[in-house]
Amino acid sequence: MVSLNLRFVATYGATALAALGDPTRQAIVELLATGPRAVGDIAAELPVSRPAVSQHLKVLKDAGLVVDRPVGTRRLYQLDPAGADAARAFLDRFWSTALDAFRREVDRQEKERT
Amino acid sequence: MTDATTDVVVRNAVTVAAPVERAFTVFTADFATWWPAGYHLGDTPPARLTLETGPGGRWFERAADGTECEWGRVRVWEPPRRLVLSWEIGADWKHDPDPEHASEIEIRFTPAGPNSTLVELEHRAIERHPGWERVHEGVSSPGGWPGILDRYAEAAA
Repeated sequence: MVSLNLRFVATYGATALAALGDPTRQAIVELLATGPRAVGDIAAELPVSRPAVSQHLKVLKDAGLVVDRPVGTRRLYQLDPAGADAARAFLDRFWSTALDAFRREVDRQEKERT
Repeated sequence: MTDATTDVVVRNAVTVAAPVERAFTVFTADFATWWPAGYHLGDTPPARLTLETGPGGRWFERAADGTECEWGRVRVWEPPRRLVLSWEIGADWKHDPDPEHASEIEIRFTPAGPNSTLVELEHRAIERHPGWERVHEGVSSPGGWPGILDRYAEAAA
């Protein structure tokens, strides 16, 4: 329920959250969570072209979720290890998921009672 | 560096179709029935999750072999309107009993209609956890909370 987060979006980490609103970027973040990768590595593991991966990485970088560094002739991307926005976005997703599960349980119990 | 005086806060809210007393009871006494199954600290899914109701109550998971891992305590118990829990889980996804290192979660229940309750959650003082900026790495840590992005995508669909 994205609408649950409107208050959050207005106040904190709006860029990071918006960046994670895209399923391909979520998939890229999940991949990078397991270790640094070059653009070609990501394109090889996801059904996405290299130019599209580059574009998504730019959005994630601008949102402060991902950093890059040159390694030899390659450029490696990884989750920003000191990303305050990333931590906020993570906790927001965490509570958003938990509260949604809570809402569904209330619905289930109310249905049982009627 | 995060300024030590900065209060790092995450806020969420949900409206549930139940009176405020029911909403409070489901959130607390029935905690184990709705808490997402993947959210646990031990290597295996816990056999039991418990939120002890009442002031000072413990919030913890217990593995099948009896090992307990505490998450925090009930700091404020004001049924059916307000609940404050401490969050004693460090950025490394392990229990840290130092109260100076704990953040806290306040949950407020406000009537929004005869059969409707606004539930507002505020997770604050997150900066008290040493290395809190790294907390998102729990997405991939083996004993952490994997798959959250997946479930988030489902919830947001």
